[in-house]
Amino acid sequence: MRTQGALLVELLELLINVLSWICLLTGSFFSVVGGIGLLRLPDFYSRLHGGGITDTMGAGMIILGLLLQAVLTGLVAATVTPWLIAAKLIMVFFFLMITSPSSCHALAQAALQDGLQPKLPDQTDS
Amino acid sequence: MTAPPAPPRPAQNSVQPLRHSLVLLSVLAIFWLLWSGHTEPLLLTFGAISCLVVTALCRRMQIVDDEGAPLHLGLRPLVYALWLGKEVIEANLHVTRRILDPRLPIQPQLIRLKASQTGDLTRVIYANSITLTPGTVSVDIQGEEIVVHALTRTAADEDKSGEMDRRVTRLEGSDR
Repeated sequence: MRTQGALLVELLELLINVLSWICLLTGSFFSVVGGIGLLRLPDFYSRLHGGGITDTMGAGMIILGLLLQAVLTGLVAATVTPWLIAAKLIMVFFFLMITSPSSCHALAQAALQDGLQPKLPDQTDS
Repeated sequence: MTAPPAPPRPAQNSVQPLRHSLVLLSVLAIFWLLWSGHTEPLLLTFGAISCLVVTALCRRMQIVDDEGAPLHLGLRPLVYALWLGKEVIEANLHVTRRILDPRLPIQPQLIRLKASQTGDLTRVIYANSITLTPGTVSVDIQGEEIVVHALTRTAADEDKSGEMDRRVTRLEGSDR
């Protein structure tokens, strides 16, 4: 029955690995979308929204993917180091979720105070 | 840590209850252990000393208050963070669809939102939540109002519904 247990562990590892890569690829996709937004959107203020996608979904999903990799290592390793890395990744995520909107707001407010007017189309169109 | 139903709020920021310092000290110690991963007696001693020094410095700077150690919020921010995560994912999908659309269907607009929070901390949480959600960026705070730049009409309407405002205000406690 030892072989069956080993098979289960292997399946679990495979599952975590696949989930991790799905997260990493999703995060990469949204990071690229944020970049496309930066290029396509018309003015400074609307470009902030493109950067917002990279900051939230991009960074968030990549950290989640890395977190799953840390768990994967932690399951087979005999040390606590992977779990410490997981804890650090969670803290990185937490700080990103506070600092990225703060810097985004600081940029927007600096632009507003400098007199940059947002491009606003007529409220009547499409 | 259990969230008390109606924690009495200290009068003003000048008070620095011992409870806050103890919580700050424990949090510092936990993070020191998590981040260093060291368990040797010598390094543990150094860690304990640095935690104590930081706590003492914070007390001297008089920043150990409700803002520095927001105990009165209890565990409510966790529930709010989960809801915010769901909102952020939905907003991401919405803005992504608009950006990748060949016609680029956006309606940039400036809107004013009422911030009904009474505390500085919760007001910052509200403004940061608006910015964290793609499609809306808080640009300025004027008195009770937050000026928000919205990328699309849908994103603007989402914020105008005021659900986020209500949820952040609820973080302050239901007894107000």
